[in-house]
Amino acid sequence: MTPRPRNVISPAEVAGLRASHPRAFGRPLEERLREWAVWGLFVAFSLYAFWAMGFFDLPMIANGLGKLGFMFGLMWPPAHNGWFADFLHGILETLGMAFIGTLLAALGAIPLGFLGAKNVVPQWIFHFGLRRIFDGLRGVDQLIWALVFVNVVGLGPFAGILAIAVGDMGTLAKLFSEAIENVERRQVEGVRASGANSVEVMRLGMLPQVLPIILSQTLYFFESNTRSATILGVVGAGGIGLQLSDRIRVNNWDEAAFIILMILVTVSLIDFLSRHVRERFIGKIEYRP
Amino acid sequence: MTPPPPSRPTDRDPVAAFESARLQLQRARRGQVITFAVIFILALAGSAYVGEVSIEVLLEGLPGFFSYLNDIAPTLRPAHLAEDLGEWYWSLGNWLLLLWDTVLIAFVGTLIGAVGAFFLCFPASHNLMENRAVYFVTRRSLEIARAVPELVYAMMFVFAFGLGPFPGVLAIAVHTVGALGKLFSEVNENIDRGPIEGVRAAGGNWFHVIRYAVVPQVLPNYTSYTLLRFEINVRGASVIGFVGAGGIGQELMFVIRQFVYSDISAIVLLIIITVSLIDISCEQLRHRLIGKESLL
Repeated sequence: MTPRPRNVISPAEVAGLRASHPRAFGRPLEERLREWAVWGLFVAFSLYAFWAMGFFDLPMIANGLGKLGFMFGLMWPPAHNGWFADFLHGILETLGMAFIGTLLAALGAIPLGFLGAKNVVPQWIFHFGLRRIFDGLRGVDQLIWALVFVNVVGLGPFAGILAIAVGDMGTLAKLFSEAIENVERRQVEGVRASGANSVEVMRLGMLPQVLPIILSQTLYFFESNTRSATILGVVGAGGIGLQLSDRIRVNNWDEAAFIILMILVTVSLIDFLSRHVRERFIGKIEYRP
Repeated sequence: MTPPPPSRPTDRDPVAAFESARLQLQRARRGQVITFAVIFILALAGSAYVGEVSIEVLLEGLPGFFSYLNDIAPTLRPAHLAEDLGEWYWSLGNWLLLLWDTVLIAFVGTLIGAVGAFFLCFPASHNLMENRAVYFVTRRSLEIARAVPELVYAMMFVFAFGLGPFPGVLAIAVHTVGALGKLFSEVNENIDRGPIEGVRAAGGNWFHVIRYAVVPQVLPNYTSYTLLRFEINVRGASVIGFVGAGGIGQELMFVIRQFVYSDISAIVLLIIITVSLIDISCEQLRHRLIGKESLL
């Protein structure tokens, strides 16, 4: 009988190992089946969704692609056709709406943020309820608010300002109250120990700690509002969106392309400026919306 | 912020020393504060001028706003709660169908956007793309894709493809490619270089590096960002119907414009409920994925 080579393992041993350590040889069948079932469901649902959205209507898509090419042809070269001053006014109006809207939202959100913070208002039912109201405000898109305010105060940029202010107040208040909940407790206790009342505790113990976060987040929202304010005009709430949607409605594609380019330049300019201001005066604070 | 000047050993009264140092600091900062205040006030005045802000309009409009809220509130009497609810939500089936469309628009738009962003994010990461020209072109294209608002894309696509959900899906997809492409490439730029060098040392080409060194590291983060984007896109899809691109937006715009008061509150409430449900379930899913991979 020849000795068995040391580094070869017999089928019987493999079977034994397979029985004692099944997971080393691959995952059990039922786990794999469950995974396949999840993926299968996902693929089937995606196919259904694509079908429901008209992705299998090939003649419509082919026709549309042709019209899209035609449209891009009309867009080139972008031209202002003498409307440049009007467009510039629209852009300035957009920036003004974003500025005042964000300012009002932040001013309203500071007291709301304090009221929604656990360490300011300990009664859980109160801050829980307030947080749900913030979430509700956040769930309604700015454009819906714009449509509502156009009904209330009439057409024009003022409706857009109110839409931005009300639409962002909930989100900012939520972010502020999270920042306030994370303040260092010792400063608060120090101020309280020196005999301050609750308003003084907020003013001297909490506000100095959260002010950089509040400023930085407000700047971020100003940036994002310059983007969203460009379209509020579509529903009549002022800004460059009104001119843009008018041009698109009457198929003035070269002027539409010019306005889109102006929006791109403005948005990147504001991004650049606000990044500069933030890094220079506030310092880098990690924040992702 | 400038640090206070270092204290010199003096035999002066410490309070007086502190006060004088404080005065110095305040004087040094005064110029900066005044410049900022002037810029701020100028910006505010300019904005108020172009924004046609007037206190009178606000004071006039504010009661109007509250009476509007009062108007859209449904009449619910405890005695006839069932009938009142039925009347408030008289068209519930139709609205639910439109909401389902809205969610599908967001779903398909996010799916196409995520797949597009997946293919474009590797050439747009400076640690993975040596060819500067390719890097520059993909990076700029992603920027343009996300800088143009969804609604503008939607108006363009409605012109090309006609009314319906299809142009809405495309608009959300294009915007999502830009937004997710940027986030994905930021994830790529923060990965561990070890596996990349390992695959390269074993003779792998660029595609092997991406497939075996990069993708396994970044996939959980991609999934998490995609789910977040889905939440944002559901909100976006709820208004994309304003320009005729499908979903609940068209119906909402109609009832707001026509002052069908109780329908406004009914539809807005449905949107809030849908958005919150999707937020909650996406958050659960994200926590499960992150828990499994113990990342982020």
